Amino acid sequence: MSATVFAPWDDPQAEPLIQFQNVSKRFGDFTAIDNLSLDIFEREFFALLGPSGCGKTTMMRMLAGFEKPTDGHILLGGRDIDPVPPNKRAVNMMFQSYALFPHLSIWENIAFGLRRDNMPKHDLEERVEEMLRLTRLEKFARRKPHQISGGQRQRVALARSLAKAPKLLLLDEPLGALDKKLRQDTQFELMDIQEKTGTTFVIVTHDQEEAMTVASRVAVMDQGQLMQVATPDRIYETPASVYVADFIGDVNIIQGRATAQGDESYQVDWAEGQPALLAKSATAFDTGQTCHLAIRPEKVAISADRPTDAVNAVQGKVHDIAYLGNLSTYHVQLADGTIIKAQTANTRRISRRSFTWEDPVWLSWTATAAVLLAN
Amino acid sequence: MNRLSWFNAVSLTLGFAFLYIPMIILIIFSFNESKLVTVWAGFSTKWYGELVQNEAFLDAAWVTIRVAVFSSTLATILGTAAAYVLVRGGRFFGRILFSGMIYAPLVMPEVITGLSLLLLFIGIGLDRGILTIVLAHTTFSMCFVSVVVSSRLVTFDRSLEEAALDLGCSPAQAFRLVTLPIIAPAVISGWLLAFTLSLDDLVIASFTSGPSATTLPIKIFSAVRLGVSPEINALSTLMIAAVTIGVITASLVTKRAMMRQKQDELAAARTE
Repeated sequence: MSATVFAPWDDPQAEPLIQFQNVSKRFGDFTAIDNLSLDIFEREFFALLGPSGCGKTTMMRMLAGFEKPTDGHILLGGRDIDPVPPNKRAVNMMFQSYALFPHLSIWENIAFGLRRDNMPKHDLEERVEEMLRLTRLEKFARRKPHQISGGQRQRVALARSLAKAPKLLLLDEPLGALDKKLRQDTQFELMDIQEKTGTTFVIVTHDQEEAMTVASRVAVMDQGQLMQVATPDRIYETPASVYVADFIGDVNIIQGRATAQGDESYQVDWAEGQPALLAKSATAFDTGQTCHLAIRPEKVAISADRPTDAVNAVQGKVHDIAYLGNLSTYHVQLADGTIIKAQTANTRRISRRSFTWEDPVWLSWTATAAVLLAN
Repeated sequence: MNRLSWFNAVSLTLGFAFLYIPMIILIIFSFNESKLVTVWAGFSTKWYGELVQNEAFLDAAWVTIRVAVFSSTLATILGTAAAYVLVRGGRFFGRILFSGMIYAPLVMPEVITGLSLLLLFIGIGLDRGILTIVLAHTTFSMCFVSVVVSSRLVTFDRSLEEAALDLGCSPAQAFRLVTLPIIAPAVISGWLLAFTLSLDDLVIASFTSGPSATTLPIKIFSAVRLGVSPEINALSTLMIAAVTIGVITASLVTKRAMMRQKQDELAAARTE
């Protein structure tokens, strides 16, 4: 087992490949990017994730050179690239619409960037063939873009943007036009190719599952700001704010008041007549401070009787069941009307399901299952 | 398939008769033996023979073709450039004014365009001849080209140009290697439009032509004022034939290209 985990962001000695230094971008009155600083390291698969209009595409277009920051600087390999036009950057982009040249064959599309560098004929042919092999497009080399399917077009776009061996590859919603099944296959293909080529990838997506699957680190964005930058598991397990917790996956948010219990332990009073909840938190809270308890549904256990050793347990009745095949999500309504979601894996056949609508149930979770958030 | 109803058949016949009977009469009488245009005296192709020997007509035809080729080429270059800047130039001062002004010559009475050009040429002391006709025709046909090309550019996927820049093209290379080949059909049809406009223009040419250069429409017009001759009919028939062949060829070519593309896309969808 190799001990070296790829985590240059934890290494204070590591030189970032890309640095955003207090970058702002305004279009007229609209602020797309608001004083944002970010480091991205070599060989990373970095995902910019956020709802539409959060500024993620603007970030990418600034990296490609199609937009210039209003304030601040972007550094690539330590060099300020703001004055460098797109055609002079060692950065290539895969466009959302693929932007394949309709008048050129697949082969010529891939060779297009290499021809601009005046690569010798022999090297060029070799490089194009290599790209065709990498993306399994050998059979389609002579076809025109409208003569191949959507998934094949996506691979041509990838091959074309990788052909020049850029330091940095930008992917703008690369899988948006594919159907779900093809998208999942392609995600793994992308990760494979990224590993093989060792290129730094920055991907823009609004699909959180996609970001979680492919990325080494994810930046969650909202309204031109970074809400959190961390590995997918950290984003999921220890979200920095209610926004991030809510944006990534499903979550129960319970608002209450914290009371310190010592040893990083807090008691959360959240509703009249309901037992106080216990949670561990490394971040300090003042006594009486408003806090939000975020619990993932799969960390909530559901049972008919109160588990004897449970730290946190509440009683309610089953309000709704969402059956997803492999999983079921139970929406449990407590006495005060609050709905808490609990998720279980359907390890048994559906006919043997333990609970049904209106059944009284107990929900329980441990002190470390929930995350305590200030805002 | 529905059969034509009685009413539809009549309207169709009337409509087409209205459009084509004058031309058909002209064609028929171009093969008339008699010198009298309205009296049929038997079939003959002698007027075509005489036409070929008529130096004045041949000269005028040659002038017309040269003017049309030069002016439509010039108009295509200028019109495409104007369309590109107006669609792609982003916001610059007076952009809306300029894009409005490009349409103005389309609705401007030709008499006014011709007269103002005449005044300009006299003012700068340019002798009227082929050059002035070319300039005049370029002036009024470039806005037609720019309208045709800009309507294509509006639907052109901008990211294609960005992809070209991203892959290392300078903006000029991106235009030459990506934009121009893709909008080529619009540019060509703009050129054809300018070419036909120049071929059949009478008003502006008569203002800007001089004694050294007369175009065919002017020649026909002045000949007709002395009386219609079967020779004119023959000449007109040839022009109709040329235009018909051109239009049919162009539509066949586009139709075939469209059908091939459709088949390719269907085939691609099946292999998915």
